Amino acid sequence: MRPGTDRLPLPGSQRITMYKRDIYRILTNEPLTDAVWRMTLEGDTQWITAPGQFVNIALEGKYLRRPISVCDYDARTLTLIYKVVGDGTAQMSRMTPGEELDLLTGLGNGFTPKESSQRPLLVGGGVGVPPLYNLARRLLASGRHVEVVLGFNTASEIFYEEEFRALGCSVTVATADGSRGVKGFVTTAIAERGLDFDYFYACGPLPMLRALCDGVPQDGQLSFEERMGCGFGACMGCSCKTKYGNKRICKEGPVLEKGEIIW
Amino acid sequence: MVEEQHNTTSGAAPASREASAPDLSVTLCGVRLDNPVIPASGTFGYGNEFKDFYDINILGTFSFKGTTREARFGNPTPRIAECTAGMINAVGLQNPGIDAVIERELPRLRTFFHKPVIANISGFSVEEYAYCCQRIDREEQVGWIEVNVSCPNVRHGGMSFGTSPEAAAEVTRAVKAVTTKPVFIKLSPNVTDIVSIARACEEAGADGICLINTLLGMRVDVRRRRAVIANTMGGFSGPAVFPVAVRMVYQVARACRIPVMGCGGVQTARDVIEMMMAGATAVQVGAANLVNPYACRDIIEALPDEMRRLGISRLSEIIGIVE
Repeated sequence: MRPGTDRLPLPGSQRITMYKRDIYRILTNEPLTDAVWRMTLEGDTQWITAPGQFVNIALEGKYLRRPISVCDYDARTLTLIYKVVGDGTAQMSRMTPGEELDLLTGLGNGFTPKESSQRPLLVGGGVGVPPLYNLARRLLASGRHVEVVLGFNTASEIFYEEEFRALGCSVTVATADGSRGVKGFVTTAIAERGLDFDYFYACGPLPMLRALCDGVPQDGQLSFEERMGCGFGACMGCSCKTKYGNKRICKEGPVLEKGEIIW
Repeated sequence: MVEEQHNTTSGAAPASREASAPDLSVTLCGVRLDNPVIPASGTFGYGNEFKDFYDINILGTFSFKGTTREARFGNPTPRIAECTAGMINAVGLQNPGIDAVIERELPRLRTFFHKPVIANISGFSVEEYAYCCQRIDREEQVGWIEVNVSCPNVRHGGMSFGTSPEAAAEVTRAVKAVTTKPVFIKLSPNVTDIVSIARACEEAGADGICLINTLLGMRVDVRRRRAVIANTMGGFSGPAVFPVAVRMVYQVARACRIPVMGCGGVQTARDVIEMMMAGATAVQVGAANLVNPYACRDIIEALPDEMRRLGISRLSEIIGIVE
């Protein structure tokens, strides 16, 4: 148990927390859609211990680091998918293979696969989709049937649909404008397709997370976003209130359990 | 005397000096610090987050998170805004309260930090400051108390005590009456005449002055047409404020006889030396810890070489050397 903020053990709280600041070399950096890019990096990934964790990236000329969730990783490489939303991410999109980045890795408590769940549902909205990818791989490797619902605004913004399918997931896409898949939100798709699941894992915009929690009776884990200062629990910039006391999105989060969230 | 000091710090240092290891130690109110580098309050929690990065016993000491009588959640989020060469925070003194700090944080800190720590105390009334200082006075691990009369992020507290000489002196007197530990008053730069406030604290019995806290700042999200920070305004810190901090350290160190802890925008070993030359006995490092968690370790490791380059054999010799 982590004194200071929690009263109950958290997902992943048993692991020994260690961080690494290191230099990573860009292997690839390419657009997946108009605004979403995928970057793969080479370097020490030993401190990344769970899907849903994030890295914090130092950028030339930017004072604060940029927190980006880890999409996938292995012993030598990590994959980040990021949306170009401002100067910092635009700067990232202009970087080329061979260039180097200063990263803090192993940050945050990620998703903890629930032992008893045999039919998990993964729900991603927009740029919230990436951290579910490594989770899907793990769940499939442990023999689970994995349902995935991906929500986007419009067809041109869709990414990773085929990648999830290639892993062996059952994938449903929803677009708000109906240009592809189910017309509506992820909750529409879950209801319309009558998806059968016993637990969920979700990452996406706040309204989506809330609609999901309100709309399905199943329990689950949700990954949240907040403007951060440090990314490792020091500045208290990203605090939120939960039923188990105050938590930091960067440290006890970004993944919280449905049952503890105060909307 | 002045001539002599000039000689010891001028370009070419004597060869004998280069051979011996530079002395980084300073004395803060009678307590020796291995080096003058001190993580600033609010950027270092109660030490716990940083022990996962490095052995924090290499620090001179550190100033723990601003603590109040009651537990506080602080302000709504977003609490952070990025700036050119700095950041704005409006955390609003989130802390678990003095009881939890004494019962939980200090015992845990003892397991990985073996030096006296600076207790940063905040409050909303003179009585609250005094209450918290009296509680913390019994804690053996607390070497100094730093009274924050300069938090810009809470209403009716913090900064309102640090913007008038009379109020700052009143808090100082109330705190000094209940503790035997050395008391530093942490001052706000958001004032017209910093010297009059520092002097008032000194006359009221303060053992030292710490400055500067953050500058009041604001950013607007031009797409959303509203303030970036939920609380609208916040405290601006980072390398952009360094010259302001150096100037205020200089003014206060010249006007007061008590030691000054310099704080504001320090990022490098050279910044530490600059602030000490301006008058700081010890130097706090704040926002830099949040960007580079190894900032203080890096500074401490870089200090000996920087001292050799500048012909400094003992850091304590350069304190306030600027005329």
